[in-house]
Amino acid sequence: MTTRAARRWRQGAWITLLLAPALIILAGFVTLPLLAALRYAFYAFDGLAPAGFVGTANFETILFEAPYAAWTMRALGHNAIVFVSLMLFQNGLAYLVAFALLKTLPGHRLHQVIVFLPVVLSAVIVGFLWKLMLHPLFGVINAALALLGIAPHPWLGDENTALGAIILTNAWHWLGFPALIFLAGMQRIGAETLEAARLDGAGDWVLLRHIIWPLVAPATTIVFTLTFIGSFNWFELPYVMAGLTGSPGGATDVLGLYAYRLAFGSATAGLQDFGRGSAMAVLMFLFLAMVSAVALKFLRRREMEL
Amino acid sequence: MFAKTTRRLLLAATAAFAMVASAAQAGEVTFWTWRQEDKAVYTDLFAAFTKSHPGITVKFEAFPNENYNTIVSTALAGGKGADVLHVRAYGGLEAMAKAGYLVPLDPAKVPELKNLPADALASETLRADGKIYAVSLAGQTVGILINKDLFATAGVAVPTNWADFLAAGKALKAKGITPIANGTATPWMVAVFHSAFTNPFLGPQFVTDMLAGKTNFEDKRYVDALARLLELRDMLPAGFTGVDYPTAQQLFSTGRAAMFVGGSFEIGPFRRANPKLNLDFIAPPAPAAGQPTHVSRWFDSGFAINAKSTHSEDAMALVRWLATPEFAIPAAEKLGNISSLSNAPNSDPLLGKVAELNKTAMPYIMLVHFRYESPTGSDLLQDGVQKMMAGTMTPAEVGKMITDGIAKYYVPFQKK
Repeated sequence: MTTRAARRWRQGAWITLLLAPALIILAGFVTLPLLAALRYAFYAFDGLAPAGFVGTANFETILFEAPYAAWTMRALGHNAIVFVSLMLFQNGLAYLVAFALLKTLPGHRLHQVIVFLPVVLSAVIVGFLWKLMLHPLFGVINAALALLGIAPHPWLGDENTALGAIILTNAWHWLGFPALIFLAGMQRIGAETLEAARLDGAGDWVLLRHIIWPLVAPATTIVFTLTFIGSFNWFELPYVMAGLTGSPGGATDVLGLYAYRLAFGSATAGLQDFGRGSAMAVLMFLFLAMVSAVALKFLRRREMEL
Repeated sequence: MFAKTTRRLLLAATAAFAMVASAAQAGEVTFWTWRQEDKAVYTDLFAAFTKSHPGITVKFEAFPNENYNTIVSTALAGGKGADVLHVRAYGGLEAMAKAGYLVPLDPAKVPELKNLPADALASETLRADGKIYAVSLAGQTVGILINKDLFATAGVAVPTNWADFLAAGKALKAKGITPIANGTATPWMVAVFHSAFTNPFLGPQFVTDMLAGKTNFEDKRYVDALARLLELRDMLPAGFTGVDYPTAQQLFSTGRAAMFVGGSFEIGPFRRANPKLNLDFIAPPAPAAGQPTHVSRWFDSGFAINAKSTHSEDAMALVRWLATPEFAIPAAEKLGNISSLSNAPNSDPLLGKVAELNKTAMPYIMLVHFRYESPTGSDLLQDGVQKMMAGTMTPAEVGKMITDGIAKYYVPFQKK
């Protein structure tokens, strides 16, 4: 063996060695469970053990049979509401916040930190804090509203307001993240471009709508994709704030909670069924993967057009 | 250099593996439970077991309640897990027993099973083979916990029938006291609340008819009983749809609410939270003066042997001992439970009173009879009653939803 070949072999061995831990962890904790879920989705479960291959029966149950079909559609509908609301309110606001930060007004560094700070908090802490603030009897939000003469309301206990309250909490928690991505996108636009537009008499609105918007299109693609995946994988916040059943009366039930309930049951009501739970997880995975892929392709093309 | 390090690493790993593998030594039985808070009690009791069974020690390991099912089912599926397991009852027990993860307890080899009454044995029996798989630990009773001092201050007598109950609610409210602490934000608490007040109106005949396939939850008796719950909305805290379990406990233990509708398992925690609380446990109101009333009862957990246990003889010795008064009496006293054993009295006066009420108890219907298949009666009931209390479903709609859901697997409910 020549020295060069030996060196290359050593280098290859090193790379393999360095990659191995990550690959082993990925295979053990991501790939294997994914494949196991895929297999379990085609099995009936009698208690905790697989009781035989049943083809697509689990998928048919959760998609077409009452009451599962209605529960699946209800959860999917809530995920869609979460996605649209977060795109409009959280990310829309994040876009404006990013523009405000771009203007480097006095104290903008402090504001940048403040806007991003909630993002570093755990969803469990945020959920718990907001649950306390929204509490019907002791909550600070009802207390503040009382000062304005508005009657107290059980925000998380009313089917009409519970999901909205959790979405707003999510927006508060995550606002800084899209804002940061937008800000990074905006900072990449040359100052001379913006100055030229201003000299041509463009106000803030024209700048935002016609100059910055097309130029931060790649950032929008990232924000769209991450929000989409985040919205349809939503679990921690509704779990902490509304519990495993999507209380009240399923008004906050989303696919993540529903799949978990199907698979593991809840200690106080349901039974475990890994078959149906896995089928739900597989459907969620396929849905997310397909929509994300199509959306990415479409958005990338749009980036070019813009 | 490289090879040397690798060899050392391998050696260390082997040593570590050997240590883990030998963690369960000969004569040591491992015990898994979700009751982390009872560690001290179990450790004491297991020491007593070792005294009477020299050579066998018990290693106590607890896991979080919320993840217990997941952890145990994963371990059992992989042929692992503790030698003796704290298991659930009814459908939760069946899920493990059906999969063949537990050792059936033969009454000939476990003569201590005769210490348990029939309904306690039934709670740990797999219906398919009629075999018993666990020794039942405790019974739980649903009734009403009351703050006697608040009733006295308000000058209100403790009500025993429905009309008096509603009147007492009004009187307490007029004195600025929240009559009932419960809200409807926590689904399982909604089921407890539902069972407490509907069972006296339903009566044991309804359960008999239901199990005989003569009726379902669209029965007028059931729909009318559900409608009674709506009359209680004025007695609940403001914004009750957002009041969850911990809030209800706070309202009661701090003396802001006069009653707490809940299980006998709340007595211990309330005494610890506020030792000055002047507690009583009463049966829910009877439909009318002179009519009988009923608390609701279920058996909530038991002890089983892992089929893959490598210490099955020692595990059997432990499970047999868990079915004797030597364990049951001190356990009930220290845990504040009512033992499932027929021959284990409780010296605590309040628990003694609960045991007395148990003599005319009705089953906690959904758990005892309709939590074996999905969608469970509990899933459907909790969803429906939560909505009914919020005013978005009628009692008749809830009855129909429960019946239709259970009809998926329960033949008597399937319409011809």
